[in-house]
Amino acid sequence: MATVEMTGAEIVLKALQDQGVEHVFGYPGGAVLPIYDEIFQQEKVEHILVRHEQGATHAAEGYARSTGKCGVVLVTSGPGATNAVTGLTDALMDSIPMVCITGQVPTHLIGNDAFQECDTVGITRPCTKHNYLVKDVNDLARILHEAFYVATHGRPGPVVVDIPKDVQFAKGRYVGPKNIEHKTYRPRVKPEQDAIRAAVELIASAKRPILYTGGGVINSGVTASKLLRDFAAMTGIPVTSTLMGLGAYPASGKNWLGMLGMHGMYEANMAMHDCDVMINVGARFDDRITGRLNAFSPNSRKIHIDIDPSSINKTVRVDIPIVADVAHALEDMIRLWKSKSLSLDKKAMDHWWKQIEAWKARDCLRYKKNPDVIMPQYAIERLYALTKDRDTYITTEVGQHQMWAAQFYRFDEPNRWMTSGGLGTMGYGLPAAVGVQQAHPKSLVIDIAGDASVLMTMQEMSTAIQYELPIKIFILNNQYMGMVRQWQQLLHGNRLSHSYTEALPDFVKLAEAYGCVGIRATKPSELDAAIKEMIDTPRPVLFDCRVANLTNCFPMIPSGKAHNEMLMGEDVPDEEVGSAIDAKGKMLV
Amino acid sequence: MNAQLQPSGSAYFIDTAKPLVETHALAVIVDNEPGVLARVIGLFSGRGYNIDSLTVSETQHEKHVSRITIVTSGTPGVIEQIKNQLERLVPVHSVADLTVSGNSITRELAMVKVAGTGEKRVEALRLAEAFRARVIDASTASFIFEITGKTDKVEQFITLMVPLGLVEVARTGVAGITRGAEGMKV
Repeated sequence: MATVEMTGAEIVLKALQDQGVEHVFGYPGGAVLPIYDEIFQQEKVEHILVRHEQGATHAAEGYARSTGKCGVVLVTSGPGATNAVTGLTDALMDSIPMVCITGQVPTHLIGNDAFQECDTVGITRPCTKHNYLVKDVNDLARILHEAFYVATHGRPGPVVVDIPKDVQFAKGRYVGPKNIEHKTYRPRVKPEQDAIRAAVELIASAKRPILYTGGGVINSGVTASKLLRDFAAMTGIPVTSTLMGLGAYPASGKNWLGMLGMHGMYEANMAMHDCDVMINVGARFDDRITGRLNAFSPNSRKIHIDIDPSSINKTVRVDIPIVADVAHALEDMIRLWKSKSLSLDKKAMDHWWKQIEAWKARDCLRYKKNPDVIMPQYAIERLYALTKDRDTYITTEVGQHQMWAAQFYRFDEPNRWMTSGGLGTMGYGLPAAVGVQQAHPKSLVIDIAGDASVLMTMQEMSTAIQYELPIKIFILNNQYMGMVRQWQQLLHGNRLSHSYTEALPDFVKLAEAYGCVGIRATKPSELDAAIKEMIDTPRPVLFDCRVANLTNCFPMIPSGKAHNEMLMGEDVPDEEVGSAIDAKGKMLV
Repeated sequence: MNAQLQPSGSAYFIDTAKPLVETHALAVIVDNEPGVLARVIGLFSGRGYNIDSLTVSETQHEKHVSRITIVTSGTPGVIEQIKNQLERLVPVHSVADLTVSGNSITRELAMVKVAGTGEKRVEALRLAEAFRARVIDASTASFIFEITGKTDKVEQFITLMVPLGLVEVARTGVAGITRGAEGMKV
């Protein structure tokens, strides 16, 4: 094969182009200047300048999550790399494909405590799927292509490629991405047919089955969502999903139970508790989902489809593990189900659905409406009503608003919902919206935010202005770190230690300072008009939605309790909230 | 069905009953690239697993493949999880649980320095012979013995040397391999 001599920096750009990368989120600095110089001299790869490296990583996550492509980040050495650590960890926890290129001090200075030096591969080793330090320019092209391969194959995740400055200047051979795969990394994507057969037989014998789906369905791609819908339709099995999996099965679908888990729907959690066959599709029995483990779905046989063998039997022992990509596993299950013309016991299923309807009748999301104050739940309901017929993408920060968004905003398509699930990163949503908007310039991109979270990465509004990205930041402003306050009420005698932000900025003025549009709503009566104004504004908007300050997020499984011990919404008196968690539960997060 | 669960790191694992802890030797075949050992031991410290012994050396120079033998302890669930987590590391080729396969041999080597004169010195030498330990260095006041064997044999020898003037011990840690014609997948 003919090889061409190029500088390391040229190789980086060539590799990005050959990988089909269109957008890179980054921030320049001394140790990546040669790469930035190459970016300047080409037009295929567009660079989006963020205001903080954490913003670059979250923007890349939003970009990746909304497109299914790999997000790309470019930062400098030292502080550039350490600032990216939060986003890398977030991407690892939520299985987001990302390649992060970091500059490094020249090879001969490594280990000398040079200016802006840090042990990037050492620091990022536990927070990436894999990482590389490139010491020879002739390895650079291979490593970059390998990085994309590792980031996007198997369970996706972030990969760091640390490139010393002298390697960026040195000349070396370029090799194309063809036939590049890792010499040993071969994730298993096709299921074992014995397991598929056993699973299908178990499902066919079920009387109270449930599909418990997760982010793996989204990561597997649009086909997986389609197959999930087909499978649910042909079997009539009720579907619940984790926070990360929302949209894989449509919220308007007739088998939909809503989200499960700590702030999930009563009917979803009760069905999980009482089911006899659980089909976990691309979820990982996270502690926010299971509640107290030894009371988790005590009478069910469990099937677990996961591409990552280490997820299987990690916290919950399952009866039929299927190590495979979700789409492959569902495809095989559907084929077998059809070829054997299987069906579920109709009488038992009718009975099961009747039970579920009875749980649904509890109307667990019910809340007290207020004519004078905007209830946060109401704000999301109106936001959903006014945006549901549009091409809308939603991102969130972390906290109460995130849970209300998950409960009240209804997703009918995958890749429309970007949130920080595993790591729970406050400040994720605004930069993620930047990334989503960059990928979908014509769509409506809304960050449902909290007043505390949004301040963590507020500087990225400046990025949105620079690149004319008309993101909408819908802040549920209750002047508290709402979830922290709720837990203090639950656990710590309502002593609200440092969860009240005494000096919030005036968000409307802040918007003006950034050069975007500020809108404020304080009464329910003005909410609809204000939301419409936000949607119709073709520029970035900071929407200050003043909501009831002390609302709690319900329903809730208190720490240390089981799925069938949920704390329900509006009727919970404050005393009960204060004593909902026992001594054992207080030890938990 | 969930009663015998042993989740490793979940915040919701609040049962205090301690299930049986087992000791297993794992053989891990890895690419000998910079940082690979840090990845493996970082996994153990990051996830709260134990390392009782660790040995590592390149075993196939032309392919740059190393073999790591790790002796670890934990409940059967944790051991299974360790194996899965190791296999998840990108430069790891394969992992074998030598203890589960049952049909394997483990050995370690120790160098034991004993100082003394008179009756103690004679006794140390006599015991060394009984244990088939070799004298690899000697002075008028000391011996260095080289002993090879299973961990408990080495342990026992060292214990016996304590009253006879044990000065210092250097141990390699455990290396292990399965019996028979079959080799590990590389």
